[in-house]
Amino acid sequence: MVCKNCQEKPVFTQISNVKLCKQHFIRYFEKKVFYTIKKFNLINNKDKLVAALSGGKDSTTILYLLNELSKKTKHFTISALLIDEGIKNYRDKTKEDAIEFCRKNNISLEIVSYKNEIGFTLDEMLLRTQQKPCSICGVFRRYLLNKGARNLLATKLATGHNLDDEAQSILMNQFRRNNETSARLGPITGILEDKTFIRRIKPLYLLTEKEVAIYAFLKEFPVTFTECPNAKQGYRNDVRTMLNQLEAKYPGTKHSIVNTFLENLPNLKESYKKKSSLKYCKLCQEPTSKEICQACVLLEEIKGNLS
Amino acid sequence: MPKVFIERINETKKVKASTMKELLQKLNINPEEVLTIKNNELVTLETKVTEKDSIKLLSVISGG
Repeated sequence: MVCKNCQEKPVFTQISNVKLCKQHFIRYFEKKVFYTIKKFNLINNKDKLVAALSGGKDSTTILYLLNELSKKTKHFTISALLIDEGIKNYRDKTKEDAIEFCRKNNISLEIVSYKNEIGFTLDEMLLRTQQKPCSICGVFRRYLLNKGARNLLATKLATGHNLDDEAQSILMNQFRRNNETSARLGPITGILEDKTFIRRIKPLYLLTEKEVAIYAFLKEFPVTFTECPNAKQGYRNDVRTMLNQLEAKYPGTKHSIVNTFLENLPNLKESYKKKSSLKYCKLCQEPTSKEICQACVLLEEIKGNLS
Repeated sequence: MPKVFIERINETKKVKASTMKELLQKLNINPEEVLTIKNNELVTLETKVTEKDSIKLLSVISGG
């Protein structure tokens, strides 16, 4: 049992049962990321990219690869933005990893914290609301990433979302009959364009979570393979477990979900483009589809519970 | 019986198995959710394991 391209020991088995050694896996992985960037036209000349960095395997991988591509082509610039939610025994560790990675690779890193921007850490918020941690965290993280990227004059925000994340989101939206949220998914997010809304690109879109973990492990990135302590409580966690069970039994399931979605996505985006309108939140002036953005609604609830 | 360190729960267990695949089956762990490390090297599920090996299962899920 050896690599399909050489006589080395394999580290990875593809869905088609083809085996790859360390060197050929790295080549396969990088080729697929660059193919994704090209196929979906994720990066244009003179783009000023900001990568959302958590210090975990996905965001570290994408920051590393975009930085390498930037040095090689000199067509775009890249810097990193880390949102510190204030999750004890988790973000403090991954933040250290992120700082170390950026220092070593000479990448500029901006850190924005919930505490400074919103007034509370996520841990503090959880004491004041019945909402699930991932629901709150997702809203404020997206909010601060957009604001932070815009302050850094970014033209696009690169995220570490992988094929598993996308397959989970597609199913979650399907299960909740939420087509409009699905219309915002894809390798480039969003339906409407606006200068206040920084579009997100997902260069790891066609790679599975396990493939990204393998790449990060083989490249010896300073990442800890730990799970967010709140992750188990989320709806996403149940969908992830279900999808992984299906994938183990029927290999290729996740790819099929995402590829079928990609076939329908142009029509979905077009249909919601006509129905959607971009407004500005009456409280914070950030872009939203409602009168008051979700971050302000949640913040009011949290503050309300203080009195 | 090979000793296995399961990083997600921070525990070491002894499991009677001759391959990584069998080991994961006995531990009821989905291969989609872990990296299988034998003596500090990443290996595939078909890889044979013995009690002399140091085995680690790293969680691929970060969720944040």
